[in-house]
Amino acid sequence: MSTVATSQIKLTPEDTRPRATMRSRLQDALPKIVLAPSFAITIVFVYGFILWTIYLSFTNSKTFPSYAITGGRAYQRLWNWTFDTDPPSSWYTSITNMGIFGFLYIAICLALGLFLAILLDQKIRGEGVLRPIYLYPMALSFIVTGVAWKWFLDPGLGLEQTLHQWGWTSFHFDWIKNKDFVIYTVVIAGVWQASGFIMAMFLAGLRGIDGEIMKAAQIDGATTFQLYRRIVIPLLRPIFLSAFIVLAHLAIKSYDLVVALTSGGPGGSAWLPSNFMYEYTFKRNEMAVGSASAVIMLMTIVAIIVPYLYSELREKPR
Amino acid sequence: MLRKLLIGTALASGLAFAAHAEDVKEVQMLHWWTSGGEAAALNVLKQDLAKEGYAWKDVPVAGGGGDAAMTALKAMVAAGNYPTASQMLGYTVLDYAAAGVMGDLTETAKKEGWDKSVPAALQKFSVYDGKWVAAPVNVHSVNWLWINKAVMDKIGGTEPKTFDDFVALLDKAKAAGVVPLALGGQNWQEATMFDSVVLSTGGPEFYKKAMNDLDDASLKSDTMKKSFDNLAKLVTYVDPNFSGRDWNLATAMVIKGDALVQVMGDWAKGEFHAANKTPGTDFLCYRFPGTDGSVIYNSDMFGMFNVPDDRKAAQVALATATLSKSFQSAFNVVKGSVPARTDVPDTDFDACGKKGIADLKKANEGGTLFGSLAQGYGAPPAVANAYKDVVSKFVHGQIKTSDEAVTELVKAIDDAK
Repeated sequence: MSTVATSQIKLTPEDTRPRATMRSRLQDALPKIVLAPSFAITIVFVYGFILWTIYLSFTNSKTFPSYAITGGRAYQRLWNWTFDTDPPSSWYTSITNMGIFGFLYIAICLALGLFLAILLDQKIRGEGVLRPIYLYPMALSFIVTGVAWKWFLDPGLGLEQTLHQWGWTSFHFDWIKNKDFVIYTVVIAGVWQASGFIMAMFLAGLRGIDGEIMKAAQIDGATTFQLYRRIVIPLLRPIFLSAFIVLAHLAIKSYDLVVALTSGGPGGSAWLPSNFMYEYTFKRNEMAVGSASAVIMLMTIVAIIVPYLYSELREKPR
Repeated sequence: MLRKLLIGTALASGLAFAAHAEDVKEVQMLHWWTSGGEAAALNVLKQDLAKEGYAWKDVPVAGGGGDAAMTALKAMVAAGNYPTASQMLGYTVLDYAAAGVMGDLTETAKKEGWDKSVPAALQKFSVYDGKWVAAPVNVHSVNWLWINKAVMDKIGGTEPKTFDDFVALLDKAKAAGVVPLALGGQNWQEATMFDSVVLSTGGPEFYKKAMNDLDDASLKSDTMKKSFDNLAKLVTYVDPNFSGRDWNLATAMVIKGDALVQVMGDWAKGEFHAANKTPGTDFLCYRFPGTDGSVIYNSDMFGMFNVPDDRKAAQVALATATLSKSFQSAFNVVKGSVPARTDVPDTDFDACGKKGIADLKKANEGGTLFGSLAQGYGAPPAVANAYKDVVSKFVHGQIKTSDEAVTELVKAIDDAK
């Protein structure tokens, strides 16, 4: 009897323990198993290819990748082109355009997005209708935005033509055909598309602000302007940061917008570095130069993202 | 890592092919002839092959255009998954041949007598290292004027024989209040027109030296400066809204009579045909003034890949059908180009086509058949695009004088070489 009992006592824990560990092990491992494929894919297709691109930029790859390292001639050529300002080299045009486009696109989107969000936050009637109207451009692809604005801005087809037909014949707006102004039309189309989305981000931020703080400030006699200037906008700081990051990467990767809107602009005057990269890699069979320009684009993004990550990580312990 | 992956994919696809023991009765074709007229022209080939029992399979290309197709082709070849053939242009064929992925059609070429019937200038691109690697489909020619006859009659113009005649004609059109010159301000269109301007200004010898041999002395010569000045002169006759316009919209301006003339390759004729216009009565085709007797060409080719043995029969059938006289005639009548072999009868062609065939024959015999630099038949893509950059920057004012233009041209071409 006793043997049976002991064996039974022995059996029960032996029987349940492995099952429990199996389950808990599975529970421990499950997230890893589920995440593993996407992790592997990211490692290979993002970081693997980044390394591959960096490698290619030091070879003399032309039409096809070649794997013999030949030094930094691609970077040397880019460096020389950086100072070819008159007449501007394609690379110089690309990076100055990036500066103009990046700065204006981000600044105007942030300002306009915040302004619209504050207006929409005034508890107005019909907000449910207005909000999606502003937000929907983001649902369009850059190609659609580009083509629509191309027609709208074309002097012989869109705005100028229409106003001429209505009788305002002195009206003149040919930026999209003008080598010095074409990049600003890209800004216009880009802002039109993204500012609604930025508005939604700010609106969410505004809704998250405690109403008590606002009331307290109002009781203290703050004007509406002071209220926003001193209290609301400082409280929105995290939103500014996220919006900035979203806009910065949109700006750097906006290749399709330039192609659809301007097909490169007069004499290539609307090129961004992404256009440069595609042109050199795939159309001119200068893969090494294309890769080098891609690496420089990556470095630009890193220069923006790393300080952001640093500040985010540093704030955590506080 | 990637190479292993590619090799793996290549092996896998190779195994898939090896699984078929007998000949595959199918032609896999990568091309971007999807628009109405082009698709109709290609249908002729599909039917010819169907008669011989070969099925036609288009390799799908997202995005449609030639650039997207070339990117897709690059990926396919890197993965070892060759199509039977691909539509290709000029130096691309040679690049792929140098990479060792092209097939060998020399036997077929001998049997069909391509060596004699295909112009030598074209063979530079279809024969690599003594082996036939591509079948030319057509010969396009770039140095054409396309003129609206009604407008021409209205202003009382006659065929311009010299560049000065041409300028006088444009002046007449300007005085009559039509846009004299329809131009699309995209770099390839500007450079295509400039090809003709250089030939007209410097003559055949000079064109060859500067635009095909890329001779530095010619590129920075006074003749080249004069060519840029002539280009600047022509650009004063375009409408202010020309920048960025597609070529077919510029052709439409001529068709509708809004503009007098367009300088464009003979693919423009397809647009006139699509609008039901006939040469001689509705529109006129002249050689660019001062270039009669010479032909600046580009050509569509079907590059033939080194496919597995069981697909070779289909490839030979495709190549033979492509260069057959009947297809060459039927296809090029629709496409607006002229046959890639000089022994095809011109009976089915319209007046412009007949002139094109005669001109090609004459240029081939006289040694005045030159590759178009703008269309990628004068020099490799890196150089051709550097050239397009300079011409376009000159047209749009980033480069201000012809002096500066030749300096930039030499610099850009040397840099790209």
